[in-house]
Amino acid sequence: MEMTLNEVVFYLLSAVIVVCSILTVTTTRILRSATYLLFVLFATAGLYFQMNYSFMGAVQLTVYAGGVIVLYVFSILLTSSPGGDNERPKMKYVIAGLSAVVAGALLSIYIILSHSFPTSKYVAGEIDMKMIGQVLMGTEKYQYLLPFEAVSVLLLACIVGGILIARKR
Amino acid sequence: MNEMEFTLYILILPLVSFIILGLGGYKMKPVVSGLLGSVLLGATTLLSYATAFIYFTAPRVDGAFAKMMPYNMKWLDFGGTLQFNLGILLDPISVMMLVVISTVSLMVHIYSMGYMHGEKGFQRYYAFLSLFTFSMLGLVLATNIFQMYLFWELVGVSSFLLIGFYYTKPEAVAASKKAFIVTRFADLGFLIGILLLSFYTGTFDFDKLCSCDPALFSGAIQASFLGYSVISVALALIFIGGAGKSAMFPLQIWLPDAMEGPTPVSALIHAATMVVAGVFLVARLFPVYETFAPDVLHGIAYVGAFTSLFAAAIACVQTDIKRVLAFSTISQIGFMMVALGVSGMGSHEGTGYMAGMFHLFTHAMFKALLFLGAGAIIHAVHSNEMSNMGGLRKHLPVTHITFLIACLAISGIPPFSGFFSKDEILAASFSFSPLMGIAMSGIAGLTAFYMFRLYYRIFWGTPSEHKHTPHEAPALMTVPLIFLAVVTCVAGFIPFGEFVSSDGLIYEIHLDPTVAITSVVVACLAIGFATWMYKKGSNTMPDQLATTFCGLHTAASHRFYIDEVYLFITRKIIFDRISTPIAWFDRHVVDGFMNGLSWSANRVAYLIRGFQSGNVQQYAYVFLIGTFLIVALALSQYINF
Amino acid sequence: MEYYLVVSAIMMFAGIYGFIVRRSLLGILISIELILNSVDINFMVFNRYLYPDQMEGFFFTLFAIGVSAAETAIAIAICINVYRNLHSIQVKNLDEMKN
Repeated sequence: MEMTLNEVVFYLLSAVIVVCSILTVTTTRILRSATYLLFVLFATAGLYFQMNYSFMGAVQLTVYAGGVIVLYVFSILLTSSPGGDNERPKMKYVIAGLSAVVAGALLSIYIILSHSFPTSKYVAGEIDMKMIGQVLMGTEKYQYLLPFEAVSVLLLACIVGGILIARKR
Repeated sequence: MNEMEFTLYILILPLVSFIILGLGGYKMKPVVSGLLGSVLLGATTLLSYATAFIYFTAPRVDGAFAKMMPYNMKWLDFGGTLQFNLGILLDPISVMMLVVISTVSLMVHIYSMGYMHGEKGFQRYYAFLSLFTFSMLGLVLATNIFQMYLFWELVGVSSFLLIGFYYTKPEAVAASKKAFIVTRFADLGFLIGILLLSFYTGTFDFDKLCSCDPALFSGAIQASFLGYSVISVALALIFIGGAGKSAMFPLQIWLPDAMEGPTPVSALIHAATMVVAGVFLVARLFPVYETFAPDVLHGIAYVGAFTSLFAAAIACVQTDIKRVLAFSTISQIGFMMVALGVSGMGSHEGTGYMAGMFHLFTHAMFKALLFLGAGAIIHAVHSNEMSNMGGLRKHLPVTHITFLIACLAISGIPPFSGFFSKDEILAASFSFSPLMGIAMSGIAGLTAFYMFRLYYRIFWGTPSEHKHTPHEAPALMTVPLIFLAVVTCVAGFIPFGEFVSSDGLIYEIHLDPTVAITSVVVACLAIGFATWMYKKGSNTMPDQLATTFCGLHTAASHRFYIDEVYLFITRKIIFDRISTPIAWFDRHVVDGFMNGLSWSANRVAYLIRGFQSGNVQQYAYVFLIGTFLIVALALSQYINF
Repeated sequence: MEYYLVVSAIMMFAGIYGFIVRRSLLGILISIELILNSVDINFMVFNRYLYPDQMEGFFFTLFAIGVSAAETAIAIAICINVYRNLHSIQVKNLDEMKN
């Protein structure tokens, strides 16, 4: 069975995502965890690119990889006391969590694989940026001005809240 | 009977007094509260007198005074035949009781202002007095037996409060508990009796019950219980209730101990009013007793006679003056019970009924006088023991004279009131059976003896040493004494038979010369004997007698060990044999069950406390598991279909 | 497309595992990011493969990224504050409000 380049890329990215996300939660050093998260996010962005959602991939890269991860790294460096950052979760929790999670993962994978989805109507092609802008700013049906404004207000509130919470008293 | 509606205020005024003093008394000055209570009670007394005047001057119906019900309201209606009324019933005995109670109560109120002066809780004392007066008046005015029971219990409660007035004294607390429990125990009989009676007759009303309508009682007569007709059983049970309040044998044990209360309270409750409630109860239901259960009535007579003898014997050896008076009270109530028990209906057979009521009236007056006099003496020497007294006649002239009058009255010496009433009782007893008559005469002699023993030991004999010279009581205390003494002197000449008799018709009091002379002679002999033995205080005769009849004397001074018997029964038998297993059951099974519940709740709480750790991760974990389970469940359903 | 979903499921459960097992606030936050990210992937996949002519999934993801960024900012601010007060961001030490 020959593989298209697209599939090769997909398997590659999937492998990166799976391995890195597992490493993210299993590594004992929080900074490494953040780094693995960065890789996961990069791979996710790659998936978006692969699905021809390049705008989304770009957003993912800038917001997540560029913004959020940097925030994480800063805060990790700010809060970690030297030598005290390695996590060694209790065995009890690990076993409990692992068994539950594995069971859940198997369950959902089974469901996903056994469920017959409607036939794929995959059309390759990029979404038009102009259209994205119009939909985001429109007020008609399937247009998203109101959520956009809500998110913008939320972000503003977050800025204010973040400053309030984190500032020195 | 609209013009009698003011009788309602007779009840309301003491209640108002109680409420005001009970709620706001602690803010008042003691004098104010005492005055308030006395004034309100004075108004009540005036109203009672007015009632009596109007009632007894009203024209007679068929030669008898009509029963009046100026006020009767439906209180609880259970539909059908069962309904409770509250109201006021006026008939000769209730009007008579009104006069007795309000008079004595007023005297006690006035007297208490002197006696209780400076006591802690003065206002509380007056509040309780008002409550007691209210409930006692309610009792005698009750239109039906249920209302009577309500007030009966109120009387019990207020007497409990008054006996336990000095609640810091353990003896007073014990005495009040004893009084309450014993009378309450007897009231159980009363209640069962009421229930039986009303179940079979379908009514509570005295009016209907006393009409002795055979149709009303047919059910109760026919139904039998343990070989007796239900009506007899019911009436006997009701008498047990009366016996409890009136301290009849064997329920007399509470009364002597109740002397721990303030002396005026003893005068009010344990001489004049509450203890005669039983007599009043029997008198109230007298037609029923007489018609349907003469056997029970005879039983009452025998119980009364025995109690009378028993109490008189004990009274001869007691040394605490209040206890002597208490036993004398028991004895005199025995007299009344005898009088009622030997009585029949009709003009001549009804002597006993009339005599019993008459004696109730006179006894209330002179016994209250005796108690108040005793209070004055105790006030003067600060002791209840006779050995601390002696030779007081010079120091307490007023008390001395009034006490002497009361002693003469109770001994049955003419022309004092006790003579007339006691004489009627003796006459009734003789006509019942000679044996009873002789026994009662003997007891009357015994009464005279112990009263004069008391009198001589207090006022004559060798003066004992006092820390300070005894002084006469203040005017507030002597005025009621004098008033009561005057009443005692003249009460015998009241043509009592015109007012109260078994069938309502005028009953002419006639003195049977034989009986009268016998009783007077016996009384005089007894007094003479007492004089010889106790007047000088140096006579060794009492001690010799005491040594001669050593066993009897010891037994009597221990009240014939009745208390011990009770204690034995309650402690050893009831507590050990019955209560202990029950307590064990309660502790181990009932409590055990409850403790088990709480223990398991505790365990479960400890178990599930872990779930409430506040650890969000743990919550998330549980949430996750739950989600899986639900999904798996849905999935299994999905697969099956 | 199922394989996309499988990948995202694995990512999601990795996040859940981290959420349960991690002992520090930041570790938990990172796990939450994983969970959110997997959801985002799902939206995108559904949008692309099932309803390619519509854009709900796309915009939902867009907003989710925005919201998660905001949430992260606030959460990190709280973390820093907690650390400043307690000198630790271990969950087991955060029992001040208990009892």
